[in-house]
Amino acid sequence: MPGLRFDLRDTPPEAPALRAELRAFLAEAGRDWSPRVRAYSWMGFDREFSREVGKRGWIGMTWPAAYGGGERTAMERYVVLEEMLAAGAPVGAHWIGDRQSGPLILRLGTEEQRREFIPRIVAGELAFAIGLSEPDSGSDLASLRTKAERVPGGWRINGRKVWTTNAHRCDFMIALLRTSSSPDPKQKHQGLSQFLVDCRASGISIRPILDLAGEEGFNEITFDDVFVPDSLLVGKEGAGWEQATAELAFERAGPERYLSSLPLLTAALDDLRDEPAAPEAVGRLLARAGTLRQMSLAVAGMLQEGITPAREAALVKDAGNDFEQALPERLRDLLDPIRTPPAVQEMLADMTMVARSYSLRGGTREILRGIIARQLGLR
Amino acid sequence: MAGDADEGLRGILIEQVDRLLSDAAGPAVLRAAERGEWPEALWAEAEALGLPLALAPEAMGGAGLGWEDAVAVWQVLGRHGAPLPLAHGMAAAALLGLADIEPPAGFIALALPNEPVAWGRRAGHVAAVDGAGQVALHDGAGVEWRRSEGAISREPADRAASFGAPLRTGRLPGAEAARNAGALLHAALIAGALEAALDMAVDYANTRKQFGRPIGAFQAVQQQLAVCASEAAAAAVAAAAAGRAADRRGLDDAGFEIGSAKVVAGEAAGTGAAIAHQVFAAIGFTDDHPLHLFTRRMWSWRDACGAERVWARRIGEAALARGGDALWPDLTARNEGRGNA
Repeated sequence: MPGLRFDLRDTPPEAPALRAELRAFLAEAGRDWSPRVRAYSWMGFDREFSREVGKRGWIGMTWPAAYGGGERTAMERYVVLEEMLAAGAPVGAHWIGDRQSGPLILRLGTEEQRREFIPRIVAGELAFAIGLSEPDSGSDLASLRTKAERVPGGWRINGRKVWTTNAHRCDFMIALLRTSSSPDPKQKHQGLSQFLVDCRASGISIRPILDLAGEEGFNEITFDDVFVPDSLLVGKEGAGWEQATAELAFERAGPERYLSSLPLLTAALDDLRDEPAAPEAVGRLLARAGTLRQMSLAVAGMLQEGITPAREAALVKDAGNDFEQALPERLRDLLDPIRTPPAVQEMLADMTMVARSYSLRGGTREILRGIIARQLGLR
Repeated sequence: MAGDADEGLRGILIEQVDRLLSDAAGPAVLRAAERGEWPEALWAEAEALGLPLALAPEAMGGAGLGWEDAVAVWQVLGRHGAPLPLAHGMAAAALLGLADIEPPAGFIALALPNEPVAWGRRAGHVAAVDGAGQVALHDGAGVEWRRSEGAISREPADRAASFGAPLRTGRLPGAEAARNAGALLHAALIAGALEAALDMAVDYANTRKQFGRPIGAFQAVQQQLAVCASEAAAAAVAAAAAGRAADRRGLDDAGFEIGSAKVVAGEAAGTGAAIAHQVFAAIGFTDDHPLHLFTRRMWSWRDACGAERVWARRIGEAALARGGDALWPDLTARNEGRGNA
């Protein structure tokens, strides 16, 4: 296939020991997690849990020790991520910081920003939100209008962001804002900049939006003359689009793009023993899971080598979303509602609802397939 | 345990095979093969490169290549529609080697239980495997063949009415080894053929114009081809991972990965071939157009050595027997050297 590479990667030699440590920790920590907590997993939020994870050195694992990082390999980090997800752990309070905000600050932030933010992310104390979508800018992200205007000592923000997961619980968001407006709509990718915005700054109001399952997952954020000091601009003024799209490779590359509903299969498997159609259906799911895992590891390996696998990540996310959305539907076909234990029923119900978000968040199915099509040479 | 060539050597090998097939294969050769014409010139070139015995141990005249290398070669072969039964011959030589039988030169046909034998009639020798892992090497001249007709692929195949007395017999390291080899080679061939069908469909979408622009400019077509690309990538990764598992744990213990590859490649064949035909529309439905030389083969190959449902059931039964608590630990342990099937 032109230009798309998925080289097989091994998990690191440290993996078995690391897994044993994580499984022991997660078995203990997860004793009381409800089916709903597991169903939301990386979309959920549990500060206490994130602090515990931080204490064990499982946040910022690959980052420089100078900022509290673990200086371990990307593949070791991958092992930690997939163990967390397989257990349905509520990792949302540190997930975004670990996955993209931290790496962004380390890559493009000032020394002051690194010292200020990185150690607290590592400790599981600083939760990040992603301020991208706006009411009129979803898939067409570059059309965003929330603007930051120069004022003495910094910037003044006005506008609105929406669908920002867990913003009402987070400490900071990385917001992509318009810092200079171009009269030409074809130049909309220019004049954007990224800022670290304190979610509790004066002038910010955050309105939680109930999701279809009744959870306060995402939000609408209104910026009304919010002041952000110069010191919280991230990277280069005007280079926000390039910075944010590079960040998307991280956002799309992880195992959360195919593993979100796996805890349901684990939980339901023993209730399928008497179902004649179960072996074939489970076998098909596992064949896909194993293959997606190899593809996901291939992408992780490229990230480790400093390659930005934006297109490969788009493909794995799209294929992974299909899998994690199909899984609850397949299990629904197999589970006998009368004999299925309540906890499994609940998780199935929650996954059935939550799964819709998988192919929306982090780039819709249609946008991802458009990226793949362009890679194929279709215009 | 079979060795595996380093990346560089594998790259050279793939390049050689690709060059050979690019120069000497093509739709005319595929059509001739379907009429029963043995691709003599191609086979001679393949022999000159040492390919038929490449998987056999060096001590037996082979090159000691591993299964992951084999998958890479077979994928290239599939990309050209596999005009010669090289994958079968290579697998036969490897299995003979595993059973401690020195593979003879020339085309060795692979006879697996209940499976038609590709090009049996042209075999110098036949490696016949039973369901218990017993291998017998037969002189091709002594085998009484009956034509096996009706395959969608129209690739020449035969069934042995009788094998006659074997020249040598031996035992494979496990009862599953031969069937796994057969499934692996067909998964790899599908991965290659689907890549070819995808490339053809993308080229066509970029040139065929309707409503004043290339049909590939329409999102509806782009989205479908993206799915086809995704399936092709999944099939290729699954086959490569299966080859690697066979190298590391032996063919017999790589049932999960090989079965997964057969399931994923089989599903990809169905989805991908349908998309390619949809993109080509009527012209791709004609005998003249080469698309069906690839799609018909994929439809046959997905059924060979166990269709998706067969392998899925085996994988599923094993997982159900192990239980929910073992599901994730088993999946991760497989490539961390503490695996169980």
